[in-house]
Amino acid sequence: MKKKQVVIALAGNPNSGKTTIFNNLTGSRQHVGNYSGVTVEKKEGRAKYKDFDITVVDLPGTYGLSAYSPDEVVARDVIIKEKPDLLVNILDASNLERNLYLTTQLKELEVPLLLVLNMADVSEKNGNRIDYTLLAKLLGAPVVRAVGSKNEGTEEILEAVAQFISGTSGLAERQIRYRHEIEDELQKIQELLSTKNQAFLEVASDQAGSHDLTYPARWVAIKLLENDRELMGRLATINNGSFLADELVKSRQRIKNVIGDDPETLLVEDRYAFARGVCREACHRSGLDRVSLTEKIDNILLNRALGIPLFLGIMWLLFQLTFTLGGPPMEWIDAGVSALGEWVGAHMAEGLLSSLLVDGIIGGVGGVLVFLPNILLLFLGIALLEGSGYMARAAFVMDNVMHRAGLHGKSFVPMLIGFGCTVPALMATRTLENPRDRLVTMLVTPLMSCGARLPVYTLLIAAFFSPQVGGNILFSLYLIGITLAIIMARVFRTFLLPGETEPFVMELPIYRWPTLKNIIIHMWERTWLYLQKAGTIILAMSILMWGLFTFPNVDNQGQPYATSAAQLENSYAGKVGKAVEPIIAPLGFDWKAGVALVSGLGAKEVVVSTMGTLYSIEDNDALAEEEEESINSFAEKAKQQSGFTPLTAYVLMLFTLIYVPCLAVLAVMKRETNGWKWPAFTMAYTVILAWLVSFVVYRAGLWMGIGV
Amino acid sequence: MIRTLKDLNPGESGKIKAITGNGSIRRRIMDMGLVPGTELVMERYAPLGDPVEVKNQGFHLSLRKEEADTIILE
Repeated sequence: MKKKQVVIALAGNPNSGKTTIFNNLTGSRQHVGNYSGVTVEKKEGRAKYKDFDITVVDLPGTYGLSAYSPDEVVARDVIIKEKPDLLVNILDASNLERNLYLTTQLKELEVPLLLVLNMADVSEKNGNRIDYTLLAKLLGAPVVRAVGSKNEGTEEILEAVAQFISGTSGLAERQIRYRHEIEDELQKIQELLSTKNQAFLEVASDQAGSHDLTYPARWVAIKLLENDRELMGRLATINNGSFLADELVKSRQRIKNVIGDDPETLLVEDRYAFARGVCREACHRSGLDRVSLTEKIDNILLNRALGIPLFLGIMWLLFQLTFTLGGPPMEWIDAGVSALGEWVGAHMAEGLLSSLLVDGIIGGVGGVLVFLPNILLLFLGIALLEGSGYMARAAFVMDNVMHRAGLHGKSFVPMLIGFGCTVPALMATRTLENPRDRLVTMLVTPLMSCGARLPVYTLLIAAFFSPQVGGNILFSLYLIGITLAIIMARVFRTFLLPGETEPFVMELPIYRWPTLKNIIIHMWERTWLYLQKAGTIILAMSILMWGLFTFPNVDNQGQPYATSAAQLENSYAGKVGKAVEPIIAPLGFDWKAGVALVSGLGAKEVVVSTMGTLYSIEDNDALAEEEEESINSFAEKAKQQSGFTPLTAYVLMLFTLIYVPCLAVLAVMKRETNGWKWPAFTMAYTVILAWLVSFVVYRAGLWMGIGV
Repeated sequence: MIRTLKDLNPGESGKIKAITGNGSIRRRIMDMGLVPGTELVMERYAPLGDPVEVKNQGFHLSLRKEEADTIILE
């Protein structure tokens, strides 16, 4: 028997436990993607129940359905355009009144509704009793009790879906009525829409050309009355639009004259009044407003004196978890990949194919896999922070500082992770809901000096500076990175992404234990996205880099080069290095530094070893291990052949700090921003910035005679 | 003198009279339940003085002082 296909969509406030219910319903049968054109995440899953094959769409968590945030626009567009068979509204039962506010708006979209009162246990423990039957009657929709964290109610939700599809709920339809002044105007607008502007409903529905999509007339009238940005915009595109717009201005003015407030405020007030009324009838509160556990915890975690030290401590733990704990598995992956490479190398005839396989493909796969431990552990940490409710507090504590730099309190986490590795750091920007905050954070995070840049610094410092100043040199690099990030964030905010600041208004949810299932699904989801979307690009780029450094592998006479230095000099990468020499010469660099910087695109740590190869330092491993002899020989040759001074070495470190993070970062950025525009922009701005800063420092150094 | 939410010290409470400000911030504030007539308690200031945390019927909300300043109290 063929199963019946059903589509349901989950809507609800952030922190209503919607994700938990989604995970309970679908388990591991999930797919994460992006809605086209926006960076809003699209999550879909499947559930099987009886003879139903149910597609579950997890809408972004929202408090309302206005046109101001992309999340809310996506939520309402999906409901209207994809017309799910049933809309499942997840509500936090312990905070029912507030959650019902969204319900009032969902009802206006005229899609059948099922209410799920989640976290019922918390609500009951607080002494609330809810009359489910009465609530269903008042709202004209079936109500199910659930405790997502204990997987209670999952079966009941599926059963309610099945029952709905098989028949009707038997509940009378209930619409929210507004005060009569508003209802009168809504009536007028609806008449205008239906008589004079039949076309409007069609146009408003769909500009793509399909005709079977129509916005509910009453909803359109409400949105037009409250001056909804999106619908008013569409009004301008149709015939008669200006006539309607004039009528709307009159309607709003009439209401304002009578009540003294604008319709938008009144509509919000009436929705809350409705929600309050429903709660008053169907809920029995114990009346106690006792100091909850959450408040006790916050008295410590958000304490004026302790708040910041505790925050820093938690961030330190997150960093240690990600990088210290992630270190050994990374080494195993590294060792495993090298061993595999050696084994393959030993069992194959030396030649191009073996080089492609070992250095190109196996090396590339290793380059993808090596980030896995960090990503898994970081998202374990983030799942704990978000699931417990601390992430909102972290933003609360840090927002003052971050806001001054044009960022958001939550930008702190990705930027901190950036000191370890920019790849997981960019993925961590997902905790920022606002697209502009998120984009600015993504653009400046690469300036946080990552772990791969450290070996370049330590080696160059060992080669060109005395141990006494080494520490200060290193510190100055980190400090310059942070300073540039702050400056660039402000610049981007002002010139690149101008406009009104996004509201910070944010719920501080109650603390709860994150569930293991949610954590595992969250970790898996992120890791899989990375492997699938970014991993393939990283691999392709690694092979491309291999090609750049390998070809041409023979000279004009078709003879292989005698030394690897000669081979490298004549490769395409070598040619690029020579081609950029005039551009980097004002920074004190020769073409060898140019080749080194090109190689650093793949991974920054190889910048120095590439130079080592060009200087024909035989034992490059010893150089990487920072053995004194190799370092001295490197410093000697850099002085002789490239005219390196301590100043040039410092400028090279600066350039390494600022220019293009690395190809893996660009790949992840492409995945996170849905296109090549922002990675290309990042590449351009970091190179230009690196050049400018290096130029200023080099010229100033020469002029003042420092380090020459 | 007009008193706004920003003027409350931790522990003090007030009732919302109107919300000035415009566009997305105003709507967001109202969508979060801060509508005229709502009673609020100022819970605390963040360790660095900004943002602030307010409470309404067991619901905790944080907002920046510049946003709190758009909420006029009775």
